[in-house]
Amino acid sequence: MNEPTITQEIIAAHNLTREEHDQVVAILGREPTYTELGIFSVMWSEHCSYKSSKVHLQTLPTSGAAVLQGPGENAGVVDLGDGLAAVFKVESHNHPSFIEPYQGAATGVGGIIRDIFTMGARPIALLDSLRFGPLADARNRYLMGGVVAGISGYGNAVGVPTVGGEVCFAECYSGNPLVNVLCLGIAPVDKLFYGRAGGIGNPVFYVGAKTGRDGIHGATMASETFDEKSEERRPTVQVGDPFREKLLIEACLELMRTDALVGIQDMGAAGLTCSSCEMASRGGTGVEIDVRLVPRREEGMTPYEVMLSESQERMLLVAREGAERIVQEIFARYDLDAVVVGRVTADGLMRVRDGTRVMAEIPVKGLVANAPVYRRPALRPAWQDEVQYLDLHHIPLPRDCGEVLLRLLASPTIACKATVWERYDHMLFLNTVVGPGADAVVLRLKGTERGIALAMDGNGRYVFLDPRVGGMIAVAEAARNVVTSGAEPVAITNCLNFGDPTRPEIMWQFAEAVRGMAEACRALQTPVTGGNVSFYNETMGQAIFPTPIVGMLGILAHIDHATTPGWKGAGDVVVLLGQTREELGGSEYLKVCHGLIQGRPPTIDLDFERRVLQCCLEAIRAGFVRSAHDCSDGGLAVALAESCISDPERHIGVEVSLSETGRPDALLFGEGQSRILLSLREADLGRLEAIALRHGVPVTILGRTGGSRFLCTGRTFTINLPVAALDQAWRGSLPTLLRQG
Amino acid sequence: MRFGIIVFPGSNCELDCQWVLEKVLGQQADLIWHTEKELKDYDCLILPGGFAHGDYLRTGAIARFSPVMKAVERYAEDGGLILGICNGFQVLCEAGLLPGALLRNTSLAFICRHVHVRVENTATPFTTACRPGQVLRVPINHNEGRYYADPETLRQLNEKGQVIFRYATAGGETTDGANPNGSLDNIAGICNERRNVLGLMPHPERAAESLLGSTSGLLLFESIVRSGRAASPMFR
Repeated sequence: MNEPTITQEIIAAHNLTREEHDQVVAILGREPTYTELGIFSVMWSEHCSYKSSKVHLQTLPTSGAAVLQGPGENAGVVDLGDGLAAVFKVESHNHPSFIEPYQGAATGVGGIIRDIFTMGARPIALLDSLRFGPLADARNRYLMGGVVAGISGYGNAVGVPTVGGEVCFAECYSGNPLVNVLCLGIAPVDKLFYGRAGGIGNPVFYVGAKTGRDGIHGATMASETFDEKSEERRPTVQVGDPFREKLLIEACLELMRTDALVGIQDMGAAGLTCSSCEMASRGGTGVEIDVRLVPRREEGMTPYEVMLSESQERMLLVAREGAERIVQEIFARYDLDAVVVGRVTADGLMRVRDGTRVMAEIPVKGLVANAPVYRRPALRPAWQDEVQYLDLHHIPLPRDCGEVLLRLLASPTIACKATVWERYDHMLFLNTVVGPGADAVVLRLKGTERGIALAMDGNGRYVFLDPRVGGMIAVAEAARNVVTSGAEPVAITNCLNFGDPTRPEIMWQFAEAVRGMAEACRALQTPVTGGNVSFYNETMGQAIFPTPIVGMLGILAHIDHATTPGWKGAGDVVVLLGQTREELGGSEYLKVCHGLIQGRPPTIDLDFERRVLQCCLEAIRAGFVRSAHDCSDGGLAVALAESCISDPERHIGVEVSLSETGRPDALLFGEGQSRILLSLREADLGRLEAIALRHGVPVTILGRTGGSRFLCTGRTFTINLPVAALDQAWRGSLPTLLRQG
Repeated sequence: MRFGIIVFPGSNCELDCQWVLEKVLGQQADLIWHTEKELKDYDCLILPGGFAHGDYLRTGAIARFSPVMKAVERYAEDGGLILGICNGFQVLCEAGLLPGALLRNTSLAFICRHVHVRVENTATPFTTACRPGQVLRVPINHNEGRYYADPETLRQLNEKGQVIFRYATAGGETTDGANPNGSLDNIAGICNERRNVLGLMPHPERAAESLLGSTSGLLLFESIVRSGRAASPMFR
């Protein structure tokens, strides 16, 4: 079969610029073949090459005492002690989920799970950070329904519990939902595996499902914005098979217990192409593959199609020469293909053969290490000043603060998400000590007395209003959520969802947000261990809020430190760590009650944040903290209300008074940072105050728990509501919104 | 006691069952791959939760043809104790070892949460450690948990005391509101006439440690340990 001749049209259709094409010619010393053009096109796509983000990502701190593996491998690795390591990473599947929500989300789950077990870790937990447009729109309900069903359908069946995450809503996500999935695995420190092709002459195995035509150019699709024709892209979305993946997990983990394996990598974006050349690149070797040997489920596939297919549930591995039999026997037991498709070579070339015919011969270094890197122009948008302008004198004071509280509790971003997470198996493996719905998820670490906390956060509205501050807050809030759960923040993985990077204002948002995140990661000593960048989140020229999602991993020194937001009994004292300022910019309140996305996000002092976190953690470790809850969306009033109603089987009221002067809406619903709500027995108040004094953190006594009412008074306002009414607003909202239409 | 946990391709609760039996209860629990044809020296078999063979076609429909199932049937005929949890219950129904079927939840959605079930019969090897009418707090985790049987079968189940667990309120009332999936008569678990095979949709192994929020599921395993020795082929 002859390949098409390369024309300008074909080059353009592969999303390569003229300069990039010239670079290809320089690397090869000749014009590329059609297969080679396809390979360059996917490897140099934004999705695979990080060509626009690299220069900025390099400014993030990536090392620390606990970090065993930073960015650059399939996932980050953190030392948990006792010979155990946490392997974790977050990845986006936004574009496929918009085109085909069920399969897009399902294969997002499958893909990130492979990134984790490929390193030798058993995947034990998934979290998702989701963003949708308003549910009044039927299309958004369809997208959310499909995404949740896809996560549920794949995650449950593959046997990895979905233990938490978050769901938020804003208009900007209507044409571009976000589906970011984080997976955590546990591995023995001395049995970690890497995606490296080592040992000249070693066999290269293809294992897992067979190859079809699905997902060809998926990586390229993820590197473009959407237009009215996006629906036609449905064939570039892959179809997942969780059963096959479950078998693949078990077979790979079994193989890893033998001595047969040299290196392994999943076939994700850009499939066989990306896995083989990245393994060769990391190993400093070459690799030769005969596409004719690749197991297929469709006839007549060209080498180009085989190399670019993104069929799911496949892995590439390099085994020790002579150990072929071990690999084949294990995979046969699980009814999975395991075929030698090539060899590791010494020539540093990625050679693709179709039988005897050479279809591609590319220097690995040129393809991977010398991929284009762009420092794209960045420019502060002209409208930035305008959106940051907020004159509170023009915002009318609420007539009834209780009504505002009920509206905020019912706002889908704040409302109870049980209707979502009850569709996920969140208990498998018997580790879930604190499940979905709390500030962070807490998992026990079997075989030790410790635990792991995980939180995902990223307020796109803050980042839109001030990317640098928003980036800082994303890290700080995630850290706070891990701390209020009883853990010390250790490291993050991040997923950076932005618009079209060739637009200078988008690039400015990106650069600023990364700068803010880097500052916060340094201040809080939580290095970045990896993650993913998703650009081109635009439809018809309309970009999403710049939305960096932070996945924070924390370690509980003792699982008994696990702490939840709900009050634990009547008569406890309720206190606030930190300080309330008159800040309403970027708040959920302004959005819900005044229709405004305006102002500067709350200020954040990273040194103060660090002290608040240390204070809270020390108090929790001292054993007297009964409940802890971060003040975030909806401010102090919403945090207080959530502590009353978070446990469906036990509602406990509260009576507090706020003595500060100033606007009641700012006191109640302002989203000032570095604030944590605690409850404790009165007798322990002195101990808390002593700890807080040492850390220079103000403690304000707000009131007491108990009764069946939410009573909150200030100088100029009173909220007096039955707790049941709060619960109804909060718990009833999402099911009602999803049922409409 | 020695438990055998049957592992089908796609099962996923086998390690959890093993954890509870070994670490919490100090029993021996071996994993048995579905191609095994002989089942010897086990005092109780467990068919764990998960998605056996991907639950493709219909839950449990392919698993019943796994090679191990012939041996499981013989084991049941010999009076051995078999506990089917969730997907294991579905497999036992498909295999004809328990009557009835498990249909899709009325909500048409997967449900994972804690529910309450009332113990209807304590005169079985699986419930001797329970009090009559005791309410257990255990999680469910399924998409197809709506128990269905034809009226005649249902009548017999009720008459012969084969309904072992019903969904109930925390106070023990079997209301519609307490029924999470639309099961007939709030049925959450049943046994065969001989009372050596029990299937239930809730996961007792997920309610076996206070750290995880409930210990009432332990009662099932403790009952088996208590009464298992007498009933199992090995000790008979």
